[in-house]
Amino acid sequence: MHPVMKLVAQRLALGILLLFAASVLIFAGTQILPGDVAQSILGQSATEKTLANLREQLGLNEPAVTRYFKWLFSALQGDLGTALTNGADIAESLGRRLKNTLFLAACAAVVSVPLAIALGLIAVRFRDRWPDKLISALTLTTISIPEFLLGYVLAYFIAVKLGWAPSVAMINDSMSLFEKLQAVALPVAVLTMVVLAHMMRMTRAAILNVMQSAYIETAELKGLSGLEVIRRHALPNAIAPIVNVVMLNLAYLVVGVVVVEVVFVYPGLGQYLVDHVSKRDVPVVQACGLIFAAVYIGLNMVADIVSILANPRLRHPK
Amino acid sequence: MMRIPPAAAIGLFFTGLYFFIAVFAPWIAPYGMTEVVGDVWEPASRAHWLGTDSIGRDLLTRMIYGGRTTIFIATAATAISFVTGAILGFTAAVIGGWADQILSRLVDLIMSIPTLIFALVVLSVMPVNTLTLLLVMGFLDATRVYRLSRAVAVDINVMDYVEAARLRGEGRGWVIFREILPNALSPLVAEMGMRFIFMVLFVSTLSFLGLGVQPPEADWGGIVKENKDGIIYGIPAALVPAVAIATLAISVNLVADWILTRTTSLKGGRG
Repeated sequence: MHPVMKLVAQRLALGILLLFAASVLIFAGTQILPGDVAQSILGQSATEKTLANLREQLGLNEPAVTRYFKWLFSALQGDLGTALTNGADIAESLGRRLKNTLFLAACAAVVSVPLAIALGLIAVRFRDRWPDKLISALTLTTISIPEFLLGYVLAYFIAVKLGWAPSVAMINDSMSLFEKLQAVALPVAVLTMVVLAHMMRMTRAAILNVMQSAYIETAELKGLSGLEVIRRHALPNAIAPIVNVVMLNLAYLVVGVVVVEVVFVYPGLGQYLVDHVSKRDVPVVQACGLIFAAVYIGLNMVADIVSILANPRLRHPK
Repeated sequence: MMRIPPAAAIGLFFTGLYFFIAVFAPWIAPYGMTEVVGDVWEPASRAHWLGTDSIGRDLLTRMIYGGRTTIFIATAATAISFVTGAILGFTAAVIGGWADQILSRLVDLIMSIPTLIFALVVLSVMPVNTLTLLLVMGFLDATRVYRLSRAVAVDINVMDYVEAARLRGEGRGWVIFREILPNALSPLVAEMGMRFIFMVLFVSTLSFLGLGVQPPEADWGGIVKENKDGIIYGIPAALVPAVAIATLAISVNLVADWILTRTTSLKGGRG
């Protein structure tokens, strides 16, 4: 087998193993209490009878290992069980919300990725001069404010004071694409600002790293202009690290979505998760946790595979 | 007298100010924490510098007590995270072999799940109180400290003076605390600033989601949650914590940067 394929296959296998281990961890995380899960869900005032019922419903009378494998196998078959709070089928409500969340994340990615790369390039071109300093001061500020506050700052100034966009992002299937885009404008802006800062800083670092190579100095010495050096020599060599940066930040985006959805009352997976954490609805929390972990692990895996594929040194076996 | 660059001086000043307010909150705050002193969402006035909150409590007072809670939790969680992370990281580096493998793979695994998601999963079954919050935040964050301290300790572990200590028969405890710890301190201290900021953001986020500090206690995230409904009526009370969190985070960052450059330049290392 070609060595690159072998490396990719190894990384895929590692990803699957990691996902499996993560499912164990998520399951164990909800069993972590020394006491009784049923008791902590229902609180101190629960009667013996309701406790016994809940234990039966959660299958708590069986050993944890049996429960884990039952849960895993039915999850693999697309059956995530039913929610404790309203008895609804989890897979069904989850699917709809996952679609909304992915829509939001995709919009944010489409806006933020090109913007981050462009800003990163500008920061490198004008390194240590005012554009670079301005960009890095702005990004430091957005990193220092948590997502939810950024959300309210934007909602206050743009939605309420200026009235340019709605302050809550309700969407449903009957809306046209344009209406949906208008509804998610603010949450997308917040997510963009949050991810942009990280992505831009990492892009800047990646390109600066390339800029210190000898061939860049040669290009400068033969008289190419600053932007030309970046476009012809630095950018092609920086693509692999940049793709890596983008993937890592998309993984970060998936988590940022949780908080932003709560701020803008967006009917997505994150809000579903947070709602059910406070209701102590363990099956829903496990299912959501598993999906978030899967997306996160998946994107990280893609990032690694891209950097394996983009490394020309690995293409020619010695 | 050493020279302090202006950026670091500003950072030190604000960091010091916030900690001072946090410690002496009961003496500084003009009203009681849960005392209702006026109408709902009064605008700023001479009596209430920041106005009042969603049920008529003085917002400045809430912010002062909120800062106390936020800073206390962030500091304690950072301490837990550093003690666990650093001890485990050093131990893994010194013992090596299977102990290192097991710990490192376990940390990889925990880090493969986003911190917030894992915290939410665990908090869904844990009783919500300050101790749980501290432990969950501290242990989850310890994974990052573990990686750093292990990496630093692996480098130090092969130094001649560590070898010398081993040869004269010192135990692992001595090697970890008397040889590695003092030499690994400066990168760890610089990292501590970053971890502290992360903790401030983390506890604010959890409280905002209603899973952190419980009312009537409040931290900055909780104050946002209490006042968020005012936003659509054009009442900016929920934005006040944004300013507080951002200034605290930026000033701690400035201080951490300064410490990092100072300690590395002392050693003549990377500037």
